Amino acid sequence: MTTLFSNRFGHLLAATVTGLGLLLGGCSPSASDNAATQPDRLPVLGFKTAEPTSPADTLPDRIPAFRLTNQDNQVITNQTFAGKVYVTDFFFATCPSICPKMQSELLRVYKAFDQNPNVLFLSHTIDPAHDSIPVLRDYAERLGIQDAARWHFATAPHDTIFALARAYMTGAEVDRTVQGGFAHSGTFALVDSQRRVRGVYDGMVPAEVDRLIQDIPVLLKEEAAGRQTATR
Amino acid sequence: MRAASILRAAAVGAALLTVGLSGCFTERQNEGAKLYANHCASCHGDQGQGLERLIPGVAAADYVALHRAELPCLVRKGMKGPLVVNGIEYNQVMPGHEDLTDSQITNLLNFVQTTWGNHNQPYTIRETSELLGRCNGSDGQ
Repeated sequence: MTTLFSNRFGHLLAATVTGLGLLLGGCSPSASDNAATQPDRLPVLGFKTAEPTSPADTLPDRIPAFRLTNQDNQVITNQTFAGKVYVTDFFFATCPSICPKMQSELLRVYKAFDQNPNVLFLSHTIDPAHDSIPVLRDYAERLGIQDAARWHFATAPHDTIFALARAYMTGAEVDRTVQGGFAHSGTFALVDSQRRVRGVYDGMVPAEVDRLIQDIPVLLKEEAAGRQTATR
Repeated sequence: MRAASILRAAAVGAALLTVGLSGCFTERQNEGAKLYANHCASCHGDQGQGLERLIPGVAAADYVALHRAELPCLVRKGMKGPLVVNGIEYNQVMPGHEDLTDSQITNLLNFVQTTWGNHNQPYTIRETSELLGRCNGSDGQ
């Protein structure tokens, strides 16, 4: 009786551990890594839904073309981030639950790279009905972000935002049952200059955000090497 | 088999004992700090520091002392619109907390009133309930 139980339990445990491993591996293979085992190169993450153009075309889809408006009423597109790496998240100004914590963590990342013009930030509002341009500008200024060119607080129609959220591997949807009216995860995505997601991080967990702060220089190094190759 | 059933009985007994005892000796030591961590820290900061000029801190906050009598209703009903804390104007929405009992609000506020540089008079549960009566916010518990 007890052996049966422990056997079953053992299997269950093994399955759970494997499942968890796979799950974590899907997000980021370096989840449990620390600075000592920093990878040389970050993985390319995302989903492959587009038809392959050749047998060699196996990489996940790029972030689709987008057109948003930021807190300075400037139109921002993929071109705004050309040649840069950027970190993105989804929030709304009146969000009473996870946003303040999440944005304070993203602010920590911003402050770590505020001297580096090659690292940009992009926060999407998921409540465009409320978060008008003046509301976004006020929010950004209150957070201490005076330069919209470094950290964009952007709005667009709901469909655009929710589709982008999926591309950035985060969750955002209307949910009238939760406080604030929107359900969303506090995921940060790190995106390279080729419009590919290179890391996803739980913005509510300081250790995950630390990992993001460690990953950004790894990506910057790869980008710099890529530029050298391109100009050679 | 028999050992297992004895073990199970013991486990059930222990569980019942815990439930029974918790009626007498509540696990409400440091309840205020726990409630703060669960209900307030995400916005007001884990050390009461707030978030820049977006969300006011509660640590060493003049507002906490000056508006002592209004705080129970503020926690219960939430608030909206501009307010000034330590000379800085904030303008955010704070959600209400209909899910807390009067005594939980008491413990929560007593934690805030006596922590992180605040040295203000604590509330009794009765006082909190009376203050909550002003906004029809007392649940009498």
